[in-house]
Amino acid sequence: MLQATEAPVAHEPTSFLRRYIFSTDHKVIGIQYLLTAAFMGIVAGLLAMLIRAQLAWPEANWSWLERLFPEGMSGGVMKPEFYLSLITMHGTLMVFFVISFALLGGFGNFLIPLQIGARDMAFPFLNMLSYWTAVPASLIMLASFFVEGGAAAAGWTSYPPLSAVPQAVPGSQWGQTLWILGMALFIVSFTMGGLNYVVTVLNLRAKGMTMMRLPVTIWTLFIASILGLLAFPPLTAAAILLLFDRHFGSSFYLPAGMFYGNKLLEHSGGTPLLWQHLFWFLGHPEVYVLLLPALGIVMDILPVFTRKPIFGHRMTLYSLGAIALLSMIVWGHHMYVSGMSPYVGEFFAIGTMAITLPSAIIGMNLIASLWGGAIRFRTPMLFAIGTISLFGIGGLGGIFLGNATSDIQLHDTYFVVGHFHYMIGGVTLFGMFAGLYYWYPKMFGRMLSERLGKVHFWLTMIGFNTVFLTQHFLGLGGMPRRYYAFTKYEFMQPYVHLNVPVTLAAFLLGAAQLLFLFNFFWSRFRGPVAEKNPWEATTLEWGAPSPPPHGNWGERAPVVHRWPYDYGVPGTIQDFTPQTVAANPTQQAR
Amino acid sequence: MKEASQVIGMEATWGGGGSPFAVSWRKLMMWIFLVGDALLFAGFLASYGFARLASPEWPERSQMFHLEFIALMTFILISSSATMATAVGAAHRGDRKLVLRCVLLTIVGGVAFLGMQAYEWTSLIRAGASLHANPWGVPHFSSYFFLITGFHGSHVLSGVIILGILAARLASGRAREESPELVGLYWHFVDLVWVFIFTLFYLI
Repeated sequence: MLQATEAPVAHEPTSFLRRYIFSTDHKVIGIQYLLTAAFMGIVAGLLAMLIRAQLAWPEANWSWLERLFPEGMSGGVMKPEFYLSLITMHGTLMVFFVISFALLGGFGNFLIPLQIGARDMAFPFLNMLSYWTAVPASLIMLASFFVEGGAAAAGWTSYPPLSAVPQAVPGSQWGQTLWILGMALFIVSFTMGGLNYVVTVLNLRAKGMTMMRLPVTIWTLFIASILGLLAFPPLTAAAILLLFDRHFGSSFYLPAGMFYGNKLLEHSGGTPLLWQHLFWFLGHPEVYVLLLPALGIVMDILPVFTRKPIFGHRMTLYSLGAIALLSMIVWGHHMYVSGMSPYVGEFFAIGTMAITLPSAIIGMNLIASLWGGAIRFRTPMLFAIGTISLFGIGGLGGIFLGNATSDIQLHDTYFVVGHFHYMIGGVTLFGMFAGLYYWYPKMFGRMLSERLGKVHFWLTMIGFNTVFLTQHFLGLGGMPRRYYAFTKYEFMQPYVHLNVPVTLAAFLLGAAQLLFLFNFFWSRFRGPVAEKNPWEATTLEWGAPSPPPHGNWGERAPVVHRWPYDYGVPGTIQDFTPQTVAANPTQQAR
Repeated sequence: MKEASQVIGMEATWGGGGSPFAVSWRKLMMWIFLVGDALLFAGFLASYGFARLASPEWPERSQMFHLEFIALMTFILISSSATMATAVGAAHRGDRKLVLRCVLLTIVGGVAFLGMQAYEWTSLIRAGASLHANPWGVPHFSSYFFLITGFHGSHVLSGVIILGILAARLASGRAREESPELVGLYWHFVDLVWVFIFTLFYLI
């Protein structure tokens, strides 16, 4: 076994292919994931723009779009089945191929070894394999737009019978099959990545880096990976059953007596409810797989820009664990209207109410972390504060939806759409941006433009809240989700005009992201050169050069002496003490 | 291919932190993978239980299965677990010859199991069972049967392939010290899953 002191950087790959394309370096893989997520994000975002355009001006003629989608937009007017494909793919891409890729694939890969003081992941080759499985998964998903019948159209939840009977909707032909294959590859990729994250965090920590000294970001990535590893296999099982129903004539999800046209389908004995249970057994933990890393990033950014330790460190960690445990047993709150026994519903409602307690503790700790701080309003901090506000609003809506009594009224309305966009759309998006503005200097050795960043923040904040807060009220008014147009419904007439300002705000939200893209690429070459530790932070990655070399630490790996939140410790010259600084005998190291 | 972790001497920096389970990351990874894989089977078996409980009737199992044959099949698979355990024990003692011999025996057990399963499948298919129909009244029975035993069979098959790779590496002296144990973990897991399938399909 080699010693760490034997100049580990000597083995850096030199060919372009091994260095930037088929790299095993966790930092390169992290950035590959982030760029892939950005690309998929642009696609999924454009889908959202099409959805919004349709909802605001349902009869409008967009003849120039016909060239792009000759089938779905034939004659310039959107077809209903194309609209269903759009919402399905927008949801699927955003949840799995944008947010998972960026937060777990991107930040997970980039940060875990750097923040725990390791030189790479435990199994770098598997890590590379994980990314190169994610790429075909993404390509298959994108390809499904161009097959006969178009992309999958059964919603991101892919409920049977819509997803199981190929005749049910055009997207349920090849599009749905490709959806299943793409998801299967995604799960394989996630499993390889997740296994790596968990064992790396457990076994590869630097000397002195106890579990309690890990930054909260690492804790959240660790917990999210475990949750994902536990929750994805049942979805795999569900997807295999669905594939069999679609192609081999079995009836796992299909009851007897279903007609297509005037023809009786030959299936019998199954129940679509089975899919709902299996899907939401994944689906609910998945929410936290996405949400927790975003909260962890925010939790780590707050002390840097308030110059004080985070509030309630231990309680936060315990709450994260409690959320993870509880999230595995509350999937039924997505199914209150499925006809489940009210007693079972009560179990899920109580579980969901229980989950609000640790969530509220985390929310309160986030807010209290601001209290008494010397706040520096830089862009990462603005996004971090924005995340807290969205977490609060989204969480409040969640209480209504977690209760069977109110959910039965609100189910499948825009209240739900607004709520989950706040949580897995907003908290994750803002957390992601906070992390990108914060770690960009470490990734690329340059600073992002502050001025553009602040404009980006305010436009995103205004656009986001206008779109999704309004949707809460539209939902209360009874506007159902997934409808192609609302012009024909009399009960919607008092509200339907609100779709126009929502769409305009959505366009603003989309356009604001162009600012970020410009900033991202422009600053890569023109931004001010970043120092080693531009934010005066304490965690290990800021002790490595910006960007860190292959092997991260040069000759000597860091040794950790304290927790990551020593800001403003009395008796020190600087107002921050990096984790590598040996404990001062007069003060207690944590 | 040589793993970068070794090339850059990362394992040498390990020794801080305190390992919570005092195992190598490879073994830990295998354990976590197995937990995930167990949940995959749990998903299938739970679905099967759900369907069977919801179904007003279920075919009498003596109509479809020859329990003596299945018992023999099960016995062979469990015995292959025993030979695998012997291989792992021998690996710990450094008895390379015995390791290789036991791994080869395990492969024989796995292949025998697969062969018998293929025979059982063939006789069921000849009797008219398929993924969407069977002569015993409840189409769901054969859908789930073929799906779950097939999925388990594919696990046994991949286990046999992995064992083959291990045997080749053992023969040429390229096997990692820990490898027999890792492969053993997987093999025991596959056997354990069969115990559940055996119970849920053939016994009750």
